[in-house]
Amino acid sequence: MANDQHIPEELQRNVFMTTVDFLYNWSRKNSMWPMLFGLACCAIEMICTAAGRYDLARFGMEVMRPSPRQCDLMIVSGTVTKKMAPTIVRLYNQMAEPRYVLSMGACATGGGPFKEGYNVVSGIDKYIPVDVYVPGCPPTPEALLYGILKLHEKVENQSVKTVPWYRKETPKGIAVPELGPDIFQPDRAEEIAMFTLRPIPAEES
Amino acid sequence: MTDDITTMEAPALPYADAVPGAVVGADEFGIIVNRDKLVEFALYLRNNEGFDYLSSLTAVDYLGFEGRTAEDRFEVVYHLFDTKKGGDGVVLKVRLPEDDPQLPSLIMVYPGADLQEREVYDFYGIRFNGHPRLRRIFLWEGFDGHPMRKDWKEAYYEAEHKPFKSRWPNGHYHWAEDRVPWGDNVKYPQGWDPNAFEPAPPPLPTIHDIPGEEIKTDRVIVNMGPQHPSTHGVFRMIVALDGETVVGLEPECGYLHRNHEKIGERNTWLGNIPFTDRLDYLSSMSNNFGYVLAVEQLMGEKGKPPERAEYLRVIMAELTRIANHMWSIGFLLNDLGAFFTPALYTIQEREMILDLFEEASGSRMMCNYMRFGGVRRDVDEDWLNRCRDLVHNRIPAKIDELDEYLTNNEILLARTKGVGYLSAEDAIALSVCGPMLRASGVPYDLRRSRPYSIYDRFEFDVVTDDGCDVYARYRVRMEEMRQSVRILKQALDDIPEGPVFKGKPGYVTRVAKGEAYGAVEGPKGELGFYVVSDGTDNPWRYHIRAPSYINLNALAPMCIGYKVADSVVILGAIDIVLGETDR
Ligand code: SF4
Repeated sequence: MANDQHIPEELQRNVFMTTVDFLYNWSRKNSMWPMLFGLACCAIEMICTAAGRYDLARFGMEVMRPSPRQCDLMIVSGTVTKKMAPTIVRLYNQMAEPRYVLSMGACATGGGPFKEGYNVVSGIDKYIPVDVYVPGCPPTPEALLYGILKLHEKVENQSVKTVPWYRKETPKGIAVPELGPDIFQPDRAEEIAMFTLRPIPAEES
Repeated sequence: MTDDITTMEAPALPYADAVPGAVVGADEFGIIVNRDKLVEFALYLRNNEGFDYLSSLTAVDYLGFEGRTAEDRFEVVYHLFDTKKGGDGVVLKVRLPEDDPQLPSLIMVYPGADLQEREVYDFYGIRFNGHPRLRRIFLWEGFDGHPMRKDWKEAYYEAEHKPFKSRWPNGHYHWAEDRVPWGDNVKYPQGWDPNAFEPAPPPLPTIHDIPGEEIKTDRVIVNMGPQHPSTHGVFRMIVALDGETVVGLEPECGYLHRNHEKIGERNTWLGNIPFTDRLDYLSSMSNNFGYVLAVEQLMGEKGKPPERAEYLRVIMAELTRIANHMWSIGFLLNDLGAFFTPALYTIQEREMILDLFEEASGSRMMCNYMRFGGVRRDVDEDWLNRCRDLVHNRIPAKIDELDEYLTNNEILLARTKGVGYLSAEDAIALSVCGPMLRASGVPYDLRRSRPYSIYDRFEFDVVTDDGCDVYARYRVRMEEMRQSVRILKQALDDIPEGPVFKGKPGYVTRVAKGEAYGAVEGPKGELGFYVVSDGTDNPWRYHIRAPSYINLNALAPMCIGYKVADSVVILGAIDIVLGETDR
């Protein structure tokens, strides 16, 4: 609002000048709709955060949408299993840009108490990019709120000039992993084949 | 231990002449049955001895167990009970050789064996001949191997038992990811070609023709879940529809299969307690309760908790029941379309209880509160007073308020009355338990029929309802909260002073060799833990009889013939929690 002298006097009280970035980020930050999607125990705390006591509505976020098309934020709230991972990646791909991912709890961040499990993915960031990690098992609603505020901070500091989703070179989606004998990313198939199809060296067999 | 000790010494085997050649032996814990005569013998037990309820069905892999050979490597274990007389049941065991693990399915005798047999097939590769849908249920078709076998190792496998030495060599943490070539929790069999991979086709439901439907229309297959607002988590059902009528339904689980049982075998006995919290994460206290009861059976005198601890356990378990039913009623209303407003009120009450839990145990949800031979921490008089205030004033008033607004609400009545019919016979046959079973008019409550802990000291009614529909399930839950309040009032009046833990706390628990089945009436139904010990610091087998999972047996029979919108409500009234369903 520095160049007020260009504005006729009678309009000065009615017109505010600001940057596109500020307005764009301000509106996105204050109406960030999370996806209605819970994975495990952490989802219960997420629901409690949305309920009366912690009241997510204070941040303009109470509108949880089950459809990924209408969401801005995916809260990965719980253990990501191998069976579920392809679905999560698909949901992520279906979300419209700008999209954010918040990894809630130890499981979503790194496998948590179930890390050794044969059906557990060691953190959702193996497949999709994560913006904010919230530690805890489960994180308390306060912790989740803090994580959300951190995400708001991140949004505030973005600029339309540099955000990836207006750039041509940004890839449009992530390859969906497939369930073979174990979960695998199709784009790593060659690498896997080199290992599984190689002739077994004499000293190993 | 469910078997009669006298059968051990007596020369005659139990039920020896019932079916010739069926009973081939007996041990301290059960009757060993010849697999060729299993069906006949089970029929006899059901029809003549009154064991009409197949509670738990599981298997144990005894590879390398002392005294076992390849000839009797696998053992399938059945726990049968009598819903009319109550009391201890009977345990059947079928031993199977390593190279031929198959036996006849009991699905014709006990239809409730359906999901549990599929689970055993999935985990152990034991075939149940005659099962119509013997497919994997937790893992996917094409998964490499059967993970619960003792010789199947995970990608991150380090050692048979915890604590893993490799975790902190010289005080430095080593990432599990660094030990596998892919940097991730995966492994692929030699010779598998990922470029030639074809995914398995999705499972399709069996279609039932509804009599009386004149116009034949095309069937549509609709997939609901695993990401669906009505499935209470990551449950998936594949529904076949004729118009809007459900004509077939296939449940698909495993989207939250977190390998509790495999991890449980590597953990120490004590280390499993926090894992039980994460089973049914809405009622962690009663999960703790079931597990410590099972293990305490193997600990003899040492495992007997002091009086005050017994009371604290009951208080916590009943508070949990109220919290759970509050949640489930709120979310049933959600499923009916009253989105979130009723739930806001019920969650508020749950928060009050969680505050008490947080103060007693240090955590709102994952309480990790009970220990073998007691509880972790005592509560003070102030806590007890606040708890008294809650159960005398606040909670009863709130239950009445809910009752007033909901029970006679026209929309609720129209959407739930007569929906999801399940007769008493079907409910028993399908191994349904908990409020679901009692809403079909069967007064089977473990707190009465097989009293554990100190439940025999309290006055309360076993709530039943003859409605057999969703409305009856709602009513039963409502009334059960009132009964819990009744128990709580008595327990809070009688709670004595004294210690809450016997012995000194330690990481390692001495557990005798043997096996035990401990069960509690959790908020969702009979939550059982079947543990086998080889006398070491870790369980040999740790099986969870999960009520939410077994209640799903009834999902397809209840939904068929109703509209697809009703199936959402029917599922909501089962009150599943995926952490427990998929384990
Ligand atoms: S981090 Fe803890 S509470 Fe959250 S999903 Fe994992 S086990 Fe459950």
